[in-house]
Amino acid sequence: MYLKEIYTIKAPYRESMNIRGYSFGKGDKAACILGPVRGNEIQQLYICSQLVKKLKELENNGCISSGKEILVIPVVNNYSMNVGKRFWGEDNTDLNRRFPGNPQGDTTDRITGAVLEAVKDYGFGIQFASFYMNGEFVPHVRMMETGYQNTSLANLFGLPYVVVRRPRPIDTKTLNFNWQNEQTAAFSVYTNKNDEIDDKSARQAVAAVLRFLTRMGIIRYESHSGYISHVIQEEQLTNVHSMSGGIYRRQINPGEEVRYGQIIGQVIDPYEGGVRENITAPTDGVVFFAHTQPLIHEGDIAYRLIHRLHE
Amino acid sequence: MIQTVVSAGLPVGENLMIQKKRMMGKQTEGPGSFGRISIVTGIHGDELEGQYVCYELARRLEEASEQLYGIVDIYPALNPLGMDTRHRAIPQFEMDMNRIFPGNRDGAVMERVAASVVEDLIGSDVCIDVHSSNAFNREVTQVRISQDFKERLLPFAKLLNTEMIWLNATETVHESTLAHSMNMLGVPTLVVEMGLGAAINMDYGNRIVDGILNLMREMGLWKGAVGQIRQPAVVLDSAIQFIRAQKEGIFLPSISHEARVEKGEVLGRIVDVLHTSVQEEITAPCDGMVFTLREYPMVYEGALLMRILMEQGEESGQSCT
Repeated sequence: MYLKEIYTIKAPYRESMNIRGYSFGKGDKAACILGPVRGNEIQQLYICSQLVKKLKELENNGCISSGKEILVIPVVNNYSMNVGKRFWGEDNTDLNRRFPGNPQGDTTDRITGAVLEAVKDYGFGIQFASFYMNGEFVPHVRMMETGYQNTSLANLFGLPYVVVRRPRPIDTKTLNFNWQNEQTAAFSVYTNKNDEIDDKSARQAVAAVLRFLTRMGIIRYESHSGYISHVIQEEQLTNVHSMSGGIYRRQINPGEEVRYGQIIGQVIDPYEGGVRENITAPTDGVVFFAHTQPLIHEGDIAYRLIHRLHE
Repeated sequence: MIQTVVSAGLPVGENLMIQKKRMMGKQTEGPGSFGRISIVTGIHGDELEGQYVCYELARRLEEASEQLYGIVDIYPALNPLGMDTRHRAIPQFEMDMNRIFPGNRDGAVMERVAASVVEDLIGSDVCIDVHSSNAFNREVTQVRISQDFKERLLPFAKLLNTEMIWLNATETVHESTLAHSMNMLGVPTLVVEMGLGAAINMDYGNRIVDGILNLMREMGLWKGAVGQIRQPAVVLDSAIQFIRAQKEGIFLPSISHEARVEKGEVLGRIVDVLHTSVQEEITAPCDGMVFTLREYPMVYEGALLMRILMEQGEESGQSCT
């Protein structure tokens, strides 16, 4: 293993922010794994750190395939992480909305430009990312529908679900979209948490990446075969909205099956304590996403269901 | 009359409400129709220049209401929670509201709100989206137009009494803005930018109010007085020089906003306070006018310090009128 310096940004009164990659094996740029670009993606940082630990072991045991190189960048934005901010501290810019970046551009464009330059030549790209809505997901691999996406490859992670999202204009500035445009087979892996550690789903994510690398012939590693993934188009998910605001009582977890008409959540009157609304399942299905905040707005998405799917 | 465009219940004892002021004038000429202009502002909660524009426009219209024809809709706060908390994005959601248009009726709550705003604006003959700059850079009055809509919008933009019209190269991300969405839906929508975030420059505001009244006069919506209207410079990206910090530190400008500068002139320094040293001296790469000037002194490498509108005849400049 050796360290690669990707980019350094200096600040007047802080130590420099050094973006570093850990390189394993030698040869073709086979796979790149990227950790948090947002400051609250602590689970994603944890997963990457565990991957670095595991790949060190595998390299020491001669289990990285000959002629293959793997790069892990455990964190892009440690500056924001250290001050408890999700976005770039100075101007609240979301780094994952600044790709492909620009070496002559603004500070954040320079950071993302340098990162994309460092990762664009790898055959496979895996990003541990977070979604714009607060809540918990079932673990899944997410891809943008760019025309270059390959759901068969995404299946090889062995996670329960693969989600294909038709990009909206705002998505064109994400790493995933731009990585695919650079001809890298890019995947975003989502576990259930962001700003807290969930060991079980972190282990599942590490195993999924190692399984994928094994199946692509990049490492030699014995692992469980995982799931045959269920592929979902994002627009086919059924959104369940709350019709009122208040204190939110969630009753179902991601991955659980629900039946049509089942009460899956309640909105409680924040002053008087009574039930303001019973949120019911509009269809049979499996919970893909669940709102987890203790408060809910009128119109918030309480759940996203995979229509008519059974466990 | 005050109308509620959209309301959504917040968790504890409050509703999020986006409201507008509708001012009805006399019927405009034509087959029984009323012309309609909409003024929107406050998409970014830290941009307040539009507050004065909305107030002053409504005040002048009310003062001479007999001169008003058609309908004027004023939306002073599209992101009321952001304005209340001096927050650029939508608080809690941490989303830039100007990146979620045209919204989504089946989406998250703010996407639904955005969809309601768009539906309400449909039917306007013209829409003007008033922005301030952010808290970092001071801007002259300008209209920014995406190249895609240049032919349709330029005649309206020239009436708005701004210093310049900037024909922006189209970036895909512009597609999620209110202006792009409305233009795609057939409502000519212009973005006015000026001043500084979290502040009000009443001189700039008065110029824009004059410009809106001038536009309304051309549309047949206003028969009252209009101040003197300036002719804007219409410029492409290639007529603009961006000056960015190459070093981190504290930026100390030596020129003022809107200054005319000459090539080679010292425009400022970036200093290292701890070591009492000059990190970088910034000089003008061309003759021109400083239309953007950084106000927030702390800079990283890459921070925008100034934009210079190059004087016509400059080698790579391509102004067009």
